[in-house]
Amino acid sequence: MGWIGETVDSIKSIKIRQLLTQAITLGMIVTSALIIWKCLMCVTGTESPVVVVLSGSMEPGFKRGDILFLHMTKEPIRAGEIVVFNVDGRDIPIVHRAIKVHERENTGHVDVLTKGDNNDVDDIGLYADGQFWLHRHHIMGRAVGFLPYVGWVTIIMSEKPIIKYILIGALGLLVITSKD
Amino acid sequence: MHSFGYRANALFTFSVTALAFICAIASLSDNFSDQNPSAEIQILNINRFKKQSYENDEVSLTLDITADLQSLFTWNTKQVFAFVAAEYETPKNSLNQVSLWDAIIPDKEHAKFRIQTSNKYRFIDQGHNLRGKEFNLTLHWHVMPKTGKMFADKIVMPGYSLPDAYK
Repeated sequence: MGWIGETVDSIKSIKIRQLLTQAITLGMIVTSALIIWKCLMCVTGTESPVVVVLSGSMEPGFKRGDILFLHMTKEPIRAGEIVVFNVDGRDIPIVHRAIKVHERENTGHVDVLTKGDNNDVDDIGLYADGQFWLHRHHIMGRAVGFLPYVGWVTIIMSEKPIIKYILIGALGLLVITSKD
Repeated sequence: MHSFGYRANALFTFSVTALAFICAIASLSDNFSDQNPSAEIQILNINRFKKQSYENDEVSLTLDITADLQSLFTWNTKQVFAFVAAEYETPKNSLNQVSLWDAIIPDKEHAKFRIQTSNKYRFIDQGHNLRGKEFNLTLHWHVMPKTGKMFADKIVMPGYSLPDAYK
């Protein structure tokens, strides 16, 4: 109870100058997070440098909740690479392995077929109606690094929004009441 | 200053930093392993070779694959994904890669193997260029770590060819 009383007291005792300082501190935290994310986008060349694995289609290599680091270079796509691609009409990008690649002579046009390691069939069924191949513009990046479990934080937050609000509330309270 | 929250935060930050450091070291240690994988592939039989109704050549083969990928495994290796692809050039395409067979190798004990199999994925050309075609069979592997950077490499085996007539 003492802790709650202290917290209430410290909220009551906030002066306007202190409030402004803390608002700026909070703003600094948010903007530096944004700067880091945008810098990562520039360095890796992909619009989402880190993705969370949401399905079990690449098990046992990648499980739900693992995170992958993506990289996108001008280098051509080759069979065996794990690529992250968007399909027209689907919001969520898919992480699967390229199993067939046909590359044109001069234009650099490429036809790619993908498949999840844990799936029995290739991905033609997942593509848009009448689409048999992925092309360069569908592919957001290739997976280069792996870190297990960390993605569970975002999965839990997106599936149980209440936990997200509790966490944001608690952090906000900490920032407001801290006296540093 | 030394409140419960402050200490919990310090402890959490320190453990996350330590874990990240250990993960980075584990991934870096993969670079010091000695890798000397070997592979040999023979085509035992051409089971089917025809032109599909919509003008693409399709062939079905039986392969005899012998490989030793044991040296790819380190203590940071979760699994190795191995696959055999046919690679060839056609007038239309500068590169065609068609995966014929693949396998997930879960541990070192299963990394030395010999298997006779027909192609798991359909070997279909974009067009009808496969008669008398010279091609490479390439054993690719993709080392998937417990944490950190993924590695991939291959052994290219040239000098395979398909018959001059449909069968």
